[in-house]
Amino acid sequence: MDPKLDLLYRLADDQLILGHRNSEWNGLGPILEEDIAFSSMAQDKLGHSLQLYNLLHNLGEAEPDTVAFTRNAPQFHCCQLVELPIGEYDFSLTRHFLFDHAELLRFEALATSSYEPLAQVARKLRGELKYHALHANTWMKRLGTATEEAIERMQGALNFTLPYALGIFETTEAEPEIISSGLFIGEAELKSRWLESITKILAQTALDMPDLNLLTPVNGGRYGQHTEHLQPLLDEMAEVFRLDPTADW
Amino acid sequence: MYKAQILDWLQAVKDPEIPTISLIDLGVVRGVEIDEVTGTVSVHLTPTFAGCPAMDYMKRDVERTLLAHGVPAVHVDISLREAWTSDMISDAGREALRRHKLSPPPVLGNQVLDLDFLEYAECPNCLGNNTELRTPFGATLCRAVHYCHDCRQLFEQFKPV
Repeated sequence: MDPKLDLLYRLADDQLILGHRNSEWNGLGPILEEDIAFSSMAQDKLGHSLQLYNLLHNLGEAEPDTVAFTRNAPQFHCCQLVELPIGEYDFSLTRHFLFDHAELLRFEALATSSYEPLAQVARKLRGELKYHALHANTWMKRLGTATEEAIERMQGALNFTLPYALGIFETTEAEPEIISSGLFIGEAELKSRWLESITKILAQTALDMPDLNLLTPVNGGRYGQHTEHLQPLLDEMAEVFRLDPTADW
Repeated sequence: MYKAQILDWLQAVKDPEIPTISLIDLGVVRGVEIDEVTGTVSVHLTPTFAGCPAMDYMKRDVERTLLAHGVPAVHVDISLREAWTSDMISDAGREALRRHKLSPPPVLGNQVLDLDFLEYAECPNCLGNNTELRTPFGATLCRAVHYCHDCRQLFEQFKPV
């Protein structure tokens, strides 16, 4: 696949799927502010995915709605982390923390991409993503230093989620060209920046950072291999569109 | 001469959710061009936040307003060519936000958008800064919720970005 398309599909699909998952907290948040926070981040992420699908459309791919609503799971390039069900709040918060730190650093790096249309979008998104990282940090620090139960649950969520988070950085065949053409700094460099960034926050909590060398990354998502949770999500998300693709709503 | 007239007409187009501020003072209007031959007016808009659901309404309101003033054809495009930052809000715009009891974002200048910036807000009631960020997400994507310790009131801020 063309390196631009390869990179853009991964970025856009991550945003769309996590955006949808975040929206599932609408009406269910543990407190009103968190209900609003996850719903707002859902809206941001859908907006971000639309910007990225528009770039794909300008490169000759189908309309954003068609790309978002008519593909099945094997055609999606998101990492498996983003498709997991929202579960308990400890998991959703930990996923949000691990993913959005990577996302903020990713778009900060993309702001100087050799592909100017992507750099423009990145310069817009990076400011918005700071609020996502700020929100995640606040709650990681609050719950990671709270009661014994809170710390135990957050530690359990961290241990469970980290192998999936490592799957964010799964590379594709296009990786060498993505780096050499200046499109992006590459997943390995991003991962090392990410590790530094999350370690700094976790050090301010009672949580232990597991040894990443002992973990096996959950890969496959970038190649269309997904958990059983993605297809039902797509079916629900596309229900109205598939009933009537011309509906105005 | 004519362009000044267009900008003047556009002052009447307000943010759909903040009726005190015009799109021009908000910094959402990034440029106006007039085709001297056809008379078509092109207006360039950029969203405050990438996922802003009000863009279609803003586009519609710009078109309606100019057509109502007799402009023969209006073309509105929305792009991120010149990405919006909160520093694009004019001084008049900041006053307009205060009138709506929204705290205007602090001016960033060349400084980095760090935590100190995101957490700072001026209370729109007492104009003091004995305030605290309660949540970076509010009723719309562009608003955060803060608390004033002097007024003992929650208030909303237009987020710096």
